[in-house]
Amino acid sequence: MENKVKTENIKSSAMTTTNEIETTVEKKETSRVRMEAKNLTIKYGTNVAVRNLSMPIYNEKVTALVGPSGCGKTTFLRSLNRMHDLTKSAHITGEVLLDGNDIYDPKVNPVTIRRKIGMVFQKPTPFPTMSIYDNVVAGLKLVGIRDRKLLNEVCEIALTQAALFDEVKDRLNAPGGSLSGGQQQRLSIARALAIKPEVILMDEPTSSLDPKSTMKIEDLIVELKKKYSIVIVTHNLAQAARISDYSAFMYLGDLVEYGKTKKMFQNPEDKRTEEYLTGKFG
Amino acid sequence: MNESTKEILERPLHGVYRWWGDRVFLAVAVILGISIIALGVTMAWVLFREGSMAINEFGVWGFMKGRVWDPGVNFVFGALPFLFGTLVTSIGALAIAFLPAIAIGIFIAEYAPRWLGGIIENLIHLIAAIPSVVIGIWGIFVFAPWMREKVYMPVFLWASENAPSLLPIIGTPIGYGMTTATIILALMIIPYTTALTRDAIRQVPKEQREAAYALGATKWEVIRMAVLPYARGGILSGAILSFGRAIGETMAVAMLIGNKNTFPFSIFGPAATMPSVIINEFREAVGNLHLSSLMAVGLALFVISLIVNLIAAYIIRKHSITGGQAV
Ligand SMILES: Nc1ncnc2c1ncn2[C@@H]1O[C@H](COP(=O)(O)OP(=O)(O)OP(=O)(O)O)[C@@H](O)[C@H]1O
Ligand SMILES: [Mg+2]
Repeated sequence: MENKVKTENIKSSAMTTTNEIETTVEKKETSRVRMEAKNLTIKYGTNVAVRNLSMPIYNEKVTALVGPSGCGKTTFLRSLNRMHDLTKSAHITGEVLLDGNDIYDPKVNPVTIRRKIGMVFQKPTPFPTMSIYDNVVAGLKLVGIRDRKLLNEVCEIALTQAALFDEVKDRLNAPGGSLSGGQQQRLSIARALAIKPEVILMDEPTSSLDPKSTMKIEDLIVELKKKYSIVIVTHNLAQAARISDYSAFMYLGDLVEYGKTKKMFQNPEDKRTEEYLTGKFG
Repeated sequence: MNESTKEILERPLHGVYRWWGDRVFLAVAVILGISIIALGVTMAWVLFREGSMAINEFGVWGFMKGRVWDPGVNFVFGALPFLFGTLVTSIGALAIAFLPAIAIGIFIAEYAPRWLGGIIENLIHLIAAIPSVVIGIWGIFVFAPWMREKVYMPVFLWASENAPSLLPIIGTPIGYGMTTATIILALMIIPYTTALTRDAIRQVPKEQREAAYALGATKWEVIRMAVLPYARGGILSGAILSFGRAIGETMAVAMLIGNKNTFPFSIFGPAATMPSVIINEFREAVGNLHLSSLMAVGLALFVISLIVNLIAAYIIRKHSITGGQAV
């Protein structure tokens, strides 16, 4: 799997001689723009957390958001599936397109958007009173799926994908809250995968995991991008380098640099990116 | 003053508590804690001592099971009518109040815009702040006559024509009785159940709601799958605490229940509860056995209230969820 990623990266980086990613991508037919932020500004009250940000999110690619703490990564990520609707103080201007349609259009139902664009949070959030099984299939039950066989099947697949199945297969009826922190996080990932979203947003999904589970999740992400688009916030630069195809570096609410991960990590354009990547701040 | 780090580290730990403020605070806390326990124990002991005459006369079970309370002629005292009256009115009140209170609690915590939620909360606080004797007066002059005219009489008249066999169960529709008291009690505990439901719901972490939203849940689905399960311990124990209040509620019930001391009761007819019999009779209690029996009823009330509160505490413990983990 690692090899495949590498060759793909090398292939794509060979094609990118300039940073005109868009034109390159148009030539490469597999990567179409799945989502796109356009002049996105997000304020909490009067405090600007994301300033006039525009960037594409490609289909079947992993996009990493990196940057120092408080630079607006989570804020941006949450704008991609309308999570800010729940925060009264948050105010958004600009557009977020999914397949060309603005998800903030008043006619769009945020519930539909969130079914298409799944999310994994930094803190594990299993429903503590539900069983492991019910946690995984919670999203399916929401859309009215009751067929036991189908639910069992999806549950097993999702748990296997999240590298948790072997550890919990004998106690699927135990409460979700009875798992360890790392297991809870993988349960949250399984739960997000079970509804088969088209885009998956992950906010530091491995920050509470041990190295082994982290590796499993990274493998999973690489596997998942065959079908899904993934946006991942991470403080782990090595992780971003390992698994992402595109990277965005944010600083104080601005998108400083965006491009192919390989290019950005080896040859950043902006001085601030370089300083961050070489560990001078952040 | 010039201690080296080594000396500080080697100083015995309990030295930390040598500090005066700590000791004073500890002493005050211990004294207060002990006096509260002592107060409770003393109260129970006094009730027991004063009630022991009745308990000796009738036996614990004989007293609790006795259906007749006759302080006038035969001097026989049984607590069953009051036990029954208290349980039926309290359970009935909780049954009536539970769902509306939870619905109002959910509405305030989740749906109402802030101004509307504020108005409703204040109204509810207002109800909770009305002295129970005032509610009793209102019950006597407004609610009970209204119930009698609009509900009890029509039902009674219907039954006397169509199902005379039901009449003894329905009872005389005088307006003051078990049903009136139960409804008033329900009204009086709604504020508590509502407030405790609202608190329990507000304590559900934001992350739990967001997790449900992220799965594509609608607002109501979020409440059903994330909020209510998480808050259920708080809601249940709130209901039980409200039940405890209903058990102990005295004034309004004594004013509205009609005060009939002998079993059995009828649905609309008069009845009595443990608090109501105590407040109605303790001043006129002349015989020692009568007074002692009232004390024994008080002891039973004390024990029942204690048990109810313990159950509520147990439920809170059992359902409390810490750090995403159900204990
Ligand atoms: N709910 C909120 N209300 C008000 N301000 C907020 C809120 N959430 C975040 N902020 C502010 O917005 C800015 C960006 O926060 P954000 O959480 O997006 O940063 P981040 O890049 O995800 O940081 P970290 O790496 O520490 O998670 C910060 O200055 C933060 O204080
Ligand atoms: Mg963050």
